[in-house]
Amino acid sequence: MSILVDKNTRLLVQGITGREGAFHTKNMLAAHTNIVGGVTPGKGGELFDPGDGLGKVPVFDSVKTAAVETGANASVIFVPARFAADAVYEAVDAGLPLVVCITEGIPVLDMIRVRAYLENKSTRLIGPNCPGLITPGQAKVGIIPASIVKPGNVGVVSKSGTLTYEVIDALTQRGLGQSTCVGIGGDPINGTNFIDVLAMFEADPETEQIIMIGEIGGNAEEQAAAYIAEHMSKTVTSFIAGRTAPPGRRMGHAGAIVEGKSGTAAGKEAALRAAGVQVAEHPDQIVELIVA
Amino acid sequence: MNLHEYQAKRLFAEHGVPIPAGEVATTPNEAREIARELGGRVIVKAQVLTGGRGKAGGVKLANSPDEAEEMASQILGLKIKDFDVRRVLIDQQAPGIAQEIYLAVLIDRARRLPMIMASAAGGMDIEEVAETAPEKIVTVHIEPELGVRSYQTTYLASTMGMPRNLWRDFDKLVKGLYACFQANDASLTEINPLVITGEGKLLAVDGKMSIDDNALYRQPRLAEMRDVAEETASEREARASGLNFIQLDGSIGCMVNGAGLAMATMDIIKLFGGAPANFLDIGGGAKAEQVTTALRLILSDPKVEAVLFNIFGGITRGDEVARGIIEALEVIKTDVPMVVRLVGTNAEEGRAILADANMETAVTLSDAARKAVAAVRGS
Repeated sequence: MSILVDKNTRLLVQGITGREGAFHTKNMLAAHTNIVGGVTPGKGGELFDPGDGLGKVPVFDSVKTAAVETGANASVIFVPARFAADAVYEAVDAGLPLVVCITEGIPVLDMIRVRAYLENKSTRLIGPNCPGLITPGQAKVGIIPASIVKPGNVGVVSKSGTLTYEVIDALTQRGLGQSTCVGIGGDPINGTNFIDVLAMFEADPETEQIIMIGEIGGNAEEQAAAYIAEHMSKTVTSFIAGRTAPPGRRMGHAGAIVEGKSGTAAGKEAALRAAGVQVAEHPDQIVELIVA
Repeated sequence: MNLHEYQAKRLFAEHGVPIPAGEVATTPNEAREIARELGGRVIVKAQVLTGGRGKAGGVKLANSPDEAEEMASQILGLKIKDFDVRRVLIDQQAPGIAQEIYLAVLIDRARRLPMIMASAAGGMDIEEVAETAPEKIVTVHIEPELGVRSYQTTYLASTMGMPRNLWRDFDKLVKGLYACFQANDASLTEINPLVITGEGKLLAVDGKMSIDDNALYRQPRLAEMRDVAEETASEREARASGLNFIQLDGSIGCMVNGAGLAMATMDIIKLFGGAPANFLDIGGGAKAEQVTTALRLILSDPKVEAVLFNIFGGITRGDEVARGIIEALEVIKTDVPMVVRLVGTNAEEGRAILADANMETAVTLSDAARKAVAAVRGS
């Protein structure tokens, strides 16, 4: 088992013929992801050839057509920020159960509308501004490098990209494989939060313990701490980035900002410790805490 | 992106929010002229993108054009938290102040909705009110499809104990402030204080506004309002090159790919006894040209005594970054010691390229941070 994506995932790539979309489609195919189609308005009927003998992917003009023709059950979005909210609406409208938005830079007010639209729909949105997710050996939906993962029993959930790769790599080096790694993204408003993913890991028999990587800004980590204390039986180990971040400045991610006294690393660490979560002082310590 | 008070208030006014008559001056003489036109009784306010102007002597009352000139000449020379005061706003004084209110539209990340926050304890730092008297803060959330409803403004006004004869004006004002928030892709529109004047009218005497950087592509007028003079030269260059750079006070320059990893790198430097000189995310790809720009930015800070490169290759390839570093060092001659950590895609090739460059290399992040801290101590 695993969560969200596996060998039954039938993936569409929105923006498949764009630079990012094309590049990552190739990597996802190389990681054995079942990509059933791509969507680029105006290029329907073409075949996308990623090269390296990975097979050709049919391109469609709309998600709805693609979903009907291919039986897709998930999509990953690589379209530029100004078109990304529309791409999410289109995927939700087509009834896909899982939509993963990699795109960075969607305006916050657009995301508020997206969230409201999702309210009574059955679609789960992951991201935006995230690296996507990977179930080692089964499906890679997004940009997490397949070369660093290994099948196993640690669940990873994170707001970050490369910091997550760092931790996954350290796990793999120590022989600790992962059930699924999920990047929820660094934007202030996102589709899926820590709590949603923690609940899925708790219910997944193959996940034995969980690593949660947070960062300054907002209170998703504090909410997760409360949830862990109340509902989780599995061990959670955490790291929060941004102890040294100056207040009032956005640290790269749109959501990574200490506003006044809220959203600090210290506050998040304290809440997590109080909930019985092991909190690492630095990334290298995460794996040490897990092994110990 | 934060706007100046005068910019924020002009945007508020476009949506019917009442603001004092006022104009911006860059010289004492201009201040005098503006004060004369406004009838003499004015308030002179430093326009800088930081809080605490009042405490720093950046806000002063003047009761004649002469006084306004005098106050402006004092304030225009000030430096408030590293910002030179280059402009003052000359506003007509409010005709008596009966009460001060706090009013803001912001985004509640937990509820994922815009929120209106109000308090009868205006004129104070709202963070302080939230801590000492949270019962004095009243909030309502706004559904994007519904907008602000009158029952919500009635709830805010009545809970704050606002006189009933002002509720209708308050309703208009709150709806205007929310419309301003929406129309300009703001992440914050704040009036503190919103004054009830001696004549029983509402008046937004101070204003603050932050714009969502991600939306600037569709807000060209606001993008033009960016006050580049309030960024450091390095931050300006970084923004132009598409790099995420924030100047800090320490001595160890950091070049990292990814925002989370960049923060974690700063944190571990501090944990091991050093101090980071900057936050810098060179992003994915990281071609030689970008590495060169980034390195020049880092080294332009005279406080920098060592540089730590921390690159986790995923999409970014270690050999490409290594070549970038070598090319950068051919352009920028420096004696500053450097520690490089390359992991992931093509890391070994990268390390081989750097082997000839006489740079300290590290395998783990802890190792890299320790070596960078030691390099500063040794220099």
